Amino acid sequence: MARYGMAIDTRTCVGCMDCVVACKTENRVPEGFNRDWIAYEAVGRFPTLHMEIRSERCNHCDNPPCVTCCPTGASHVDQFGRIVLVTHEACIGCKACLASCPYDARFVHPDGYADKCTFCAHRVKDGLDPSCVAVCPTHCFTFGDLDDPNSAVTKALESRTAHPLLPAAGTRPRIFYLD
Amino acid sequence: MDSLSRRRFLRISAATIGATAAAGGLAGHLAGQGTATASGPSGLQKIPTFCDICFWKCGAIAYVQDGRLWKIEGNPDDPLSRGRLCPRGTGGVGAHVDDDRLKAPLIRRKQRGEDVWAHVTWDEALGHIAEKMQAIKARYGPEAVALFSHGLGGTFLKHTLKAYGSPNIAAPSFAQCRGPRDVGFHLTFGEEVGSPERTDIRNSRCLVLIGSHLGENMHNTQVQEFGEAIAKGARVIVADPRFSVAASKAHHYLPIKPGTDLALLLAWMHVLVTEGLYDKEYVAQHGFGFEAFAAELTPYTPEWAYPETGITPEVIRETARDMARYRPATLVHPGRHATWYGDDTQRSRAIALLNALLGSWGRKGGFYTPVSMDIPGYPYPPYPKSDKGKVDNPGGRYPFALESITTGIREATITGKPYPIKGWMTYATNLMMALPNEAETIKAIQALDLLVVVDVIPTEMAGWADVVLPESTYLERYDDVNPEVFREPFVSLRQPVVPSPHDQKPNWWIARELAKKLGLESYYPWKTIEEYLEVRLTRAGLSFAELKQKGIIHGPKQPVFYDEGVAPEFPTASGKIDFYSTALRDKGFDPVPKFTRPAEPPEGMFRLLFGRSPVHSFGRTQSNPILNEMMAENEVWLNADVAARLGLEDGRYVRLRNQDGVVSNRVRLKATQRIRPDCAYMVHGFGHTAIRLRRAVGKGASDAQLVTRYQTDPLMGGTGMNVNFVAVEAEA
Repeated sequence: MARYGMAIDTRTCVGCMDCVVACKTENRVPEGFNRDWIAYEAVGRFPTLHMEIRSERCNHCDNPPCVTCCPTGASHVDQFGRIVLVTHEACIGCKACLASCPYDARFVHPDGYADKCTFCAHRVKDGLDPSCVAVCPTHCFTFGDLDDPNSAVTKALESRTAHPLLPAAGTRPRIFYLD
Repeated sequence: MDSLSRRRFLRISAATIGATAAAGGLAGHLAGQGTATASGPSGLQKIPTFCDICFWKCGAIAYVQDGRLWKIEGNPDDPLSRGRLCPRGTGGVGAHVDDDRLKAPLIRRKQRGEDVWAHVTWDEALGHIAEKMQAIKARYGPEAVALFSHGLGGTFLKHTLKAYGSPNIAAPSFAQCRGPRDVGFHLTFGEEVGSPERTDIRNSRCLVLIGSHLGENMHNTQVQEFGEAIAKGARVIVADPRFSVAASKAHHYLPIKPGTDLALLLAWMHVLVTEGLYDKEYVAQHGFGFEAFAAELTPYTPEWAYPETGITPEVIRETARDMARYRPATLVHPGRHATWYGDDTQRSRAIALLNALLGSWGRKGGFYTPVSMDIPGYPYPPYPKSDKGKVDNPGGRYPFALESITTGIREATITGKPYPIKGWMTYATNLMMALPNEAETIKAIQALDLLVVVDVIPTEMAGWADVVLPESTYLERYDDVNPEVFREPFVSLRQPVVPSPHDQKPNWWIARELAKKLGLESYYPWKTIEEYLEVRLTRAGLSFAELKQKGIIHGPKQPVFYDEGVAPEFPTASGKIDFYSTALRDKGFDPVPKFTRPAEPPEGMFRLLFGRSPVHSFGRTQSNPILNEMMAENEVWLNADVAARLGLEDGRYVRLRNQDGVVSNRVRLKATQRIRPDCAYMVHGFGHTAIRLRRAVGKGASDAQLVTRYQTDPLMGGTGMNVNFVAVEAEA
């Protein structure tokens, strides 16, 4: 069974938000909410600056606190690619998962359940990339099986140095940012 | 503004059009939920078309689920989008579902002092316009009606206006945008840069951006190729007063003082020439007047440029050498919005000359030679000839203008000289935001007998109109066929993917019906747009049915670089690359560009600069519910140290007051290290005042409102707009 993850190239990302818009239309994300977003991190003093731009979302952690804390089992690690998903019918909207996520990746959908990035599981099952990956004008995403030594994502991570977000949280995130 | 206006600022009042049903019931579940059609098809349809959120014309595929528009993706077969739209194109769904769209034709029932609009039928609206146009023609001649039109959709209205007898058709894309750039390159190479720009970014090994903020400025193909060039390790050099996204990708970031780009360009050329680093063979073979040009460069040492630009001589030399190292695959990007300081044609010419020194014109990694498919026009009767000529450039006072000058038409409308202009029609352009100094635009509007606005949304310009005609969005209409001019030949088709939700009509229908009312039926021998397209494509030996099915038809591959067999041709004064321009000399202008120092901001004020956001196009997308959500208001950027000194904290609301006392709407302050201390920056297109744009009205500030001054380019009439200064004041 695959273990899906992403490598995102911070060198080519221009922060255009196409990933955010594509996710919104693909997944019919309701007005006022987004499953992904752009983070800008500028350090230094003008004109000697460094800036990292990142497309962020649920990290589909290997050690997901949102799953551990869920009282109903709605939040779960799915059989399919070990993607972290929420079973809408089983979710009681208690927001424990929202509080537990160090990445602030979740929100409560107006229909009452906790919602977030699904890695576009419905597309991946059809052999497509997640919509954010497929739309990116600068091709800064690589998506695939982190356990497959021949996958593009594994190779991307071997070829460059990369960092995940908040490694100290112990969540073992599966999204890596190429330096 | 009130004291100026015969027509008070007109708000298309909710009370008078409240009877119209709202589009969908979309609140809360807006995204990707198009309006259902009564008899829509069931299942998933994938319909190819091309985008119109900006004017890049990216090939797209619309996904329609059970008759509702779900999402729009890039067409993988399209050379512009290569299967990936930009965020605006991806968010194009919002243009269709925007519940603030114009829904039916409106006529202002003008009781003096009252602003009353009525919904009317198309027959009444067009009949009214035709009657007014005939009256203007009888009294002043057909030249007295002008059309301001932006984009491919204006094709048919232009045709109607030409058939009516007016030569006065202009777009702000020339005198308010890329005009100086195209004239500067035309004077140097004999050809324009064009749109899409003929830049071979993807093969560039060294890319130089001067104020050009690719990534924020989201012309899709260019940003894709920028990413490609970065991934391949291209050297990136960025000169910008602001640490832009592109600057964050650069090996060399040059925090240049605004208005001094020409000094930097001259110094770079000085280094290339004095150090002998330029492409000598290319210059010897293709150049004219190099010796005179080189002599003119003598004073422009890096040491001379340092106090002007703030860029050290070491960095100027190092970057010039970098450019030489990678030539001819070094691209000094010509930019797009180039109307900055009024000497813009000469600055653009300097960019052209720098490229010429590097030998990049016609070479891989520099500029390709664009190609296109030959699609013959529809066989129309000839247009009537005007003996008055065009109104915008009397006596050729701007001798190098390549296109009509919008602000020239505006001036003629105000003065009545060289002849009166009494009617304006606008198509897909919001002149209140596009032209500098809105007071002049308002003054011109007051001299009119007729103002017709054709648009999708109720813009500020629509607020001033006598008649407002609601157009179908690009997702709901055919437009003229598009034989793109690009590095590979292809033709693309825009076709309806969903019906218009209300009484909107496509521009071709509007133009044709208006022509009929004007007695110009003979200019519209075709009955439907399909018939028109069929004729054009058949004449080109292509199949309309195939184009409808695929969205794109490719032409045979052609060479686009000199080393692929393109013959170097330079239709300039000399027939070569004009390092020294006799055309300029003969008209009394500098044959080689010279630097003029711009005025300094007064004490306590900042130069106002503006640019683009990747999620908006001009002022025409702030109402789009999806794009609005991505960026609902703009911010004014100010250097963080300066803001601290002024006691203004990041994120608070401020107002800008310009040198003429004009005060902006309130706008959030972005106190940041990413900008020089002497300027302020905003994204253009915000601060709407049109009350029917409910999502956008009052959100952020409008740079256009603060651009009360402009410096006209004496070569081609462009309006340099970066010549305004603002003070930043705390909002209580």
